[in-house]
Amino acid sequence: MIDDILNFLDPYWWLIIGVVKAVIIAVGLLSTVPLLVWLERRLMGRFQVRLGPNRVGPLGLGQALADAIKLLFKENIVQSSADKFLFYLAPAVVVFTAIVTFSAIPFGEPFEVGGESIGLWGANLNIGLLFIFAVSSMGIYGIVLAGLSSNNKYSLMGGLRSSAQMISYELTLGLSALCVVLMSGSLNLYDIVKSQSDMPYAIPLFPAFVLFFIAGVAETNRAPFDLPEAEQELVAGFFTEYSGMKFAMFFMGEYINMITMSALITILFLGGWNSYIGFDIPILVFAFKVFLLLCVFIWLRSTFPRIRYDRLMTFGWKILLPTSLVTMLAYSAIKVLVIDA
Amino acid sequence: MELLIFYPLALVSVILALFVVFNKSPIGSAVCLIGMMLGLAGVFILLQAHFLAILQIIVYAGAIMVLFMFVIMLLNLKDDDTKWKIRERNIFLSSATGVLIVGILYKIIDVTTDTKFDSPATVPDNFGTVEVVGTALFTDFVLPFEVASILLLAAMVGAVVLAKSKVD
Repeated sequence: MIDDILNFLDPYWWLIIGVVKAVIIAVGLLSTVPLLVWLERRLMGRFQVRLGPNRVGPLGLGQALADAIKLLFKENIVQSSADKFLFYLAPAVVVFTAIVTFSAIPFGEPFEVGGESIGLWGANLNIGLLFIFAVSSMGIYGIVLAGLSSNNKYSLMGGLRSSAQMISYELTLGLSALCVVLMSGSLNLYDIVKSQSDMPYAIPLFPAFVLFFIAGVAETNRAPFDLPEAEQELVAGFFTEYSGMKFAMFFMGEYINMITMSALITILFLGGWNSYIGFDIPILVFAFKVFLLLCVFIWLRSTFPRIRYDRLMTFGWKILLPTSLVTMLAYSAIKVLVIDA
Repeated sequence: MELLIFYPLALVSVILALFVVFNKSPIGSAVCLIGMMLGLAGVFILLQAHFLAILQIIVYAGAIMVLFMFVIMLLNLKDDDTKWKIRERNIFLSSATGVLIVGILYKIIDVTTDTKFDSPATVPDNFGTVEVVGTALFTDFVLPFEVASILLLAAMVGAVVLAKSKVD
């Protein structure tokens, strides 16, 4: 009986592994979000010389759970002037694209189970980097649709700002990532990590690293670039009209994007799971680097004031974009004239 | 196995394409168009053209449709503007276009009926990779490629000139 089942499943082994991986990635990401919110609130508290949430459970960890339960049970309000279908679609698009983006990120060497090699990634694509940019650019639609369907001027302005910002900073993001592609000669994220076994690209490609990081913060709509939700001018930006779980989904999308961006910076510039000091548990090395970057994201938020909207666009188009173009050209010249020669 | 993926993809793409035309609101049409382009990208993947599929998503579903959305948002449509207006149709032009489309469809069906689908064509391992597409683009097709880029540059300069003359 069991033999029959095993024989039947044998040709579909890859499909089962894929499903298990997909579930692990989705559940893992979604359950990391409350922890990240807790970490942010605790750290922000310390940065601002106060304690942060510490009453519920040990170290205040219960706060994350309490918040999640509160958001799940809150009343779900849809105002009558909203476009119902798009109003429901928008938060789903945000969370869906955030999770799918993460599926192309590798976080360790493959390991062997029962003669099968299982990679620590959702999918090892030859065009992994392009896939991540493509799917994360789909995430903009969630924000645009939320702004459009709410039928509210604050939402519309928030959606407009957010999409303009993401389009502008995507260029810088892509151009600085191209420097890494130039040096490693591959769009495959696994190969990119492999090519950094001696030295992380953050050292030889330092300008590209800085540009990518700035653009990455802007791309995830985090402070000091969180213009879409500038409270004093726009109430809450594109999710002004959302309540309860749908509001929480926008929140989840933002935090998952933060994790993905940290993982992407780790892979492209910090050498992925290479530890360089002889510490030999790849997945822990990778997690440590991502954790460090997440702390930097939170540090930035509690340090810098929000910049003005026109300054943000000027900065993106007149400073970051030309700088990244020059950087890319300079590295192309170095690659052709020095490294390949 | 491939047909199992192809038919749902094709069905969804065609239905969404129809919705683009028949939808009452411009926003709805734009959303359906995005969905249809994602479906097309899926068909490209089935044809082993992964790079093309990703470009389809980045360029069309990503960049161009975001601009469409932008325009819809900036136009600040009133309630009665959000419905398409039905104009007087030029019957001669409409029927000529219809005949042309039927002709093209007939030709395509005529060509493909002789193709044997039971023996799928074998493609080389590196078919459709970034490397192969790039090499082809910069060797065999370098002239069309450069002409297209000059055309895009001209369009960009034209857009700047038009926008400038309004501001001044």
